[in-house]
Amino acid sequence: MALIRRAGRSLSMLKRSSLFHGKQKKQRQQPIVSPSLPNLTPHLPSSLIRLQINTTYSAIPRGISSCSFRSSYIPNRLLTSEAQPKLPDEGIDDTQFLDFPGVKNTAFTCDLKFVSEKSEEVPCYRVLSELGEPVDGAKLPQMADALALRIYENMITLQVMDYLFYEAQRQGRFSFYMTCSGEEAAIVASAAALSNEDVIFAQYREQGALMWRGFDLQEFAHQCYSNSADYGKGRQMPIHYGSKKHNFVTISSPIATQLSHAVGAAYSLKMDRKDACAVTYFGDGATSEGDFHAAMNFAAVMEAPVLFICRNNGWAISTPITDQYRSDGVATKSRAYGMRSICVDGNDALAVYSAVKSARSMAISESRPILIEVLTYRVSHHSTSDDSTKYRSGEELSHWKVMRDPVVRFRRWLEGNGWWNRQKDTELQSHSRKKIIAAMMNAESMKKPPLSDLFTDVYDSIPTNLKEQESYVREAVAKNPNLYPSDVPL
Amino acid sequence: MESTALLQKVTAGMAFRGTPASLLSSSSASSHVARIKLGSRSVIRVSRLSGLTVKATHLNAYGFGTMPHNSTALKTVNKAVAVKTETGSTATAQQGHELLLFEALREGLEEEMERDPTVCVIGEDVGHYGGSYKVTKGMAEKFGDLRLLDTPIAENSFTGMAIGAAMTGLRPIVEGMNMGFLLLAFNQIANNCGMLHYTSGGQFTIPIVIRGPGGVGKQLGAEHSQRLESYFQSVPGLQMVACSTPYNAKGLMKAAIRSENPVILFEHVLLYNLKERIPDEEYVLCLEEAELVRPGQDITILTYSRMRHHVLQAVKTLVSKGYDPEVIDIRSLKPFDLFAIGNSVKKTHKVLIVEECMRTGGIGASLRAAIMENFFDELDAPIGCLSSQDVPTPYAGPLEDLTVVQPPQIVFAVEQLCKH
Repeated sequence: MALIRRAGRSLSMLKRSSLFHGKQKKQRQQPIVSPSLPNLTPHLPSSLIRLQINTTYSAIPRGISSCSFRSSYIPNRLLTSEAQPKLPDEGIDDTQFLDFPGVKNTAFTCDLKFVSEKSEEVPCYRVLSELGEPVDGAKLPQMADALALRIYENMITLQVMDYLFYEAQRQGRFSFYMTCSGEEAAIVASAAALSNEDVIFAQYREQGALMWRGFDLQEFAHQCYSNSADYGKGRQMPIHYGSKKHNFVTISSPIATQLSHAVGAAYSLKMDRKDACAVTYFGDGATSEGDFHAAMNFAAVMEAPVLFICRNNGWAISTPITDQYRSDGVATKSRAYGMRSICVDGNDALAVYSAVKSARSMAISESRPILIEVLTYRVSHHSTSDDSTKYRSGEELSHWKVMRDPVVRFRRWLEGNGWWNRQKDTELQSHSRKKIIAAMMNAESMKKPPLSDLFTDVYDSIPTNLKEQESYVREAVAKNPNLYPSDVPL
Repeated sequence: MESTALLQKVTAGMAFRGTPASLLSSSSASSHVARIKLGSRSVIRVSRLSGLTVKATHLNAYGFGTMPHNSTALKTVNKAVAVKTETGSTATAQQGHELLLFEALREGLEEEMERDPTVCVIGEDVGHYGGSYKVTKGMAEKFGDLRLLDTPIAENSFTGMAIGAAMTGLRPIVEGMNMGFLLLAFNQIANNCGMLHYTSGGQFTIPIVIRGPGGVGKQLGAEHSQRLESYFQSVPGLQMVACSTPYNAKGLMKAAIRSENPVILFEHVLLYNLKERIPDEEYVLCLEEAELVRPGQDITILTYSRMRHHVLQAVKTLVSKGYDPEVIDIRSLKPFDLFAIGNSVKKTHKVLIVEECMRTGGIGASLRAAIMENFFDELDAPIGCLSSQDVPTPYAGPLEDLTVVQPPQIVFAVEQLCKH
């Protein structure tokens, strides 16, 4: 039995065209409705339902007089003098007509069938094998040697920085650090595919992206040491970097709050018609937060050019994936929000680069959000406050650390192309090490932020109540000099 | 004569306008704030009135904006009061246009949106529906769907979205359908909105306005009768203002939009249909200032939002009983305008706070502490505070009325305090 489906342009396409131009909305078509008919959908704005009618019907089912929805469709028939196209003769039942406002493209069925909890398989895109060789049939992205070498150098510097800063924290030089071991390719290669105008809203493990943008090793050290040269003026914990000139928004500790910020930034970029998108990174654990679902939904509804890059590394501190969500991965979730997605092998730098680059151009040209699930593994502990051997086996850890190192994989590809060799590698490592140690020594020797920075920037200018509080503190410090370190400026 | 004139004004339902416009200054450092021509005219007009002495004050001395804090310049006592004359001059008395409070908010919004293309409104049903209290009615047709953005129902997310947009150059106004729903946005407001300017070292500013109707309405139930000012007052980095009349609603809306800080503008559900005549000229009020509603000698009554109108009702009774209360609408809930309040306390030596917040941890509680700390020597009596009880607002009409401070209670409290 033929089932009537609604045809015609979907409302969202109409809406998008007027939204994209951001101008005054053109007048909606006047509804062709006889005023004497009852309104069966008073809870909906009248323009909505009428517009659907005007664009979707070219055929009226026979037997309409017995249909309970007659009031919405008779007007169309009354006003046209042309014969309606004949319907197929397979016994159209007027009650099969599905026009509930909640769904767009579906039909009735009389089979009592539930939708399975298992989703359609989402394949994982990769182009390099574990040994760094192109996979059969893979189309490698266009990547010049200069770019490839820059990506590799960034990854190595990142690894060395992570290692040294972690050790520094263990030595008590600063209180906290998070490394991104095992995820270097995911972060650096994805950042390499972006432009410098794209605004990054990171979670906390994406220092590689900031490094790619040009954040100096010295600047990293200043932030971790919370000294007076820190752009954050010593107000945030280590690794909570932020740099307006690098378009990297200051990291905020609560998980997934940056997702809605990214949607807002994308909305702002769209209003300004900039050739840029908003990019936000988050982990698998963040997909449980309410903010994730709402931000995804919003981005899809607003048609905002956001890239949601999920570093699915298998662990959220000690919570494994099986306790975090029941869907099969994160990429499959996007369908629920009407969003496009892709699942990528995050340890394959080329695949990540390629996927993010093409997602970015799609996001900007089509003004749509894209979810990119980057599968990887968290070799590091969650942070310096965590000992992951407590909840995962040493074998699993060493397997991923030794056998599945993304940097080594990329290096093999570089060596295969003749762009890199062992000697250059050792040189790079020792050079980075020297630079980082020098940066750390320099940062350590710098003064801490002055007392005056405690009260500035709470508002655009200091109000009197804060001035009062500041004078109170200064009085206390003046009276009890032993309370305040002598080498910290006031 | 003076008291009857004042009484007439109160009965007319037209609140005195605090602070003539010439003395208004924008809180932010932006130099493009319009200076108002109305100011000088109203000052002159006021000074011609018989029976009312008016002195101008140097309002910029409060020190929030670009002007430095200078306490020695503040010798005068009263703020000037722009008063409508009902004696004689009919021409000047009928200037301006009359409108309801929600229309005043809309006027302020429209003017700012016309002036600055980065201003936009984000909220539920703000677009073609015009907002659930019709504040944004007709604006979507004028400014487009992108500037009057209808969002799905996720307060935390659209507040976060506004924060992200603000960091990248827009000036969004977040409309909560009811202030109580903004509790869902508390994470974004407390952890990000108030903080990111500070933690980023001043690199990212968040010039957003969060507004919505709150307060106890007419039998809306407990969840729709929230008073969020008490929950938000602790969050550093936020500014809070409460409007109570169409005049200050429009002025505060404009000031909030122009401010570089995140501002929460508290409106009241029951005040949306308040009618008043407001000036035709453009004016912007100062976010950190209080409004002198009625000058007096006997006692200082501090109030804000809907309670201002309850206080004014009580004042009618008090005046007939021979009291002369000074009524100040504090308007700025964070930070308090301790300058205006202090001047008043120094004059009357007694304070009564009338608020709609819950007793525990409300605005009144903080204000009491601040006054006690700063003006203890000026007080002849303990600071009185009338507030709602620590109960969820009941639905039943008589019960709900009992949770809100009523004028007879205010009269009684004033009488008690004045015995000191």
